Amino acid sequence: MMDEISSHIMDIAANAITAKAKHIEISIMVDTKKSLTTLFFKDDGIGMNDEMVKKVQDPFFSTKTGKKVGLGIPLLKGTAETTGGTFSLTSELGKGVEIQASFRLNHPDLPPIGKLKDTILVLVVGNPEIDFAFRYAVDKSEFIFDTTIIKGLLDGVPVNHPEVVNFIMNYLDEHLQNQID
Amino acid sequence: MNLEELKKIREKAQKDVELRQKGSRIRIVVGMGTSGIAAGARDVLKAFVEEISRRNLNDVIVTQTGERGLASQEPMVEVFEEGKPVVVYGNITVEKAKRLIAEHVVNGNPVSEYAIEVM
Repeated sequence: MMDEISSHIMDIAANAITAKAKHIEISIMVDTKKSLTTLFFKDDGIGMNDEMVKKVQDPFFSTKTGKKVGLGIPLLKGTAETTGGTFSLTSELGKGVEIQASFRLNHPDLPPIGKLKDTILVLVVGNPEIDFAFRYAVDKSEFIFDTTIIKGLLDGVPVNHPEVVNFIMNYLDEHLQNQID
Repeated sequence: MNLEELKKIREKAQKDVELRQKGSRIRIVVGMGTSGIAAGARDVLKAFVEEISRRNLNDVIVTQTGERGLASQEPMVEVFEEGKPVVVYGNITVEKAKRLIAEHVVNGNPVSEYAIEVM
């Protein structure tokens, strides 16, 4: 089901949106020498207490309790650990959530990064009131997409204006596609 | 292509921003919980975004929301239109999303065969 890293990103970002985050930071760093991809995620949502932090990592928690955070976290944790990588989630009430997951690049169970540009596009356009800072780095080359810069340039024109959407699609196509292929 | 090009878009777009701020005519909300994403909600949201941009529908916005609690019907989509009942669609695909834009949003005819609830 979560067959792409970018679907996992979509999912943890959806949790952050539910947790009323206003600023979400997402970095993917590919280190070919160490053969490791690291995903770093940070939001400024309502956060969780220690008990919740434990529970959201438990696959048997949540779907029936009415809590808003679901199976997504255990799935991401499972993917990271299956590939020989690591997973950590830290949070405090009122202080948002930080997630770091790493994946071994040469592991046969490593899912592809997948449609990262679609994930970025729908998050940015589908949540115009939230700021996103994306970073995708392969060794020393990096691509940064920060909506605070974009919104500054737009000066009041919404990011979900049809022409802006079209620009973002083309911009991501041009600047991100090559790095992922 | 660089970010400076946004300034040109801004100048052009600022004219119709005033109009948008009065409120969008139609709001489309796509359920983006874990099960929705696993069922393809991201591609559905992208299809809406693309269609709206391609048709230059200035008075329509698409946003995302969390789990709707009906995993078997994901991806789920709600269409809010002022003065009209909310239509909830289930099992939406990219192709169905394009049809919803053409028939419901542009022509004003909800697509009853995809609707699972009208509120």
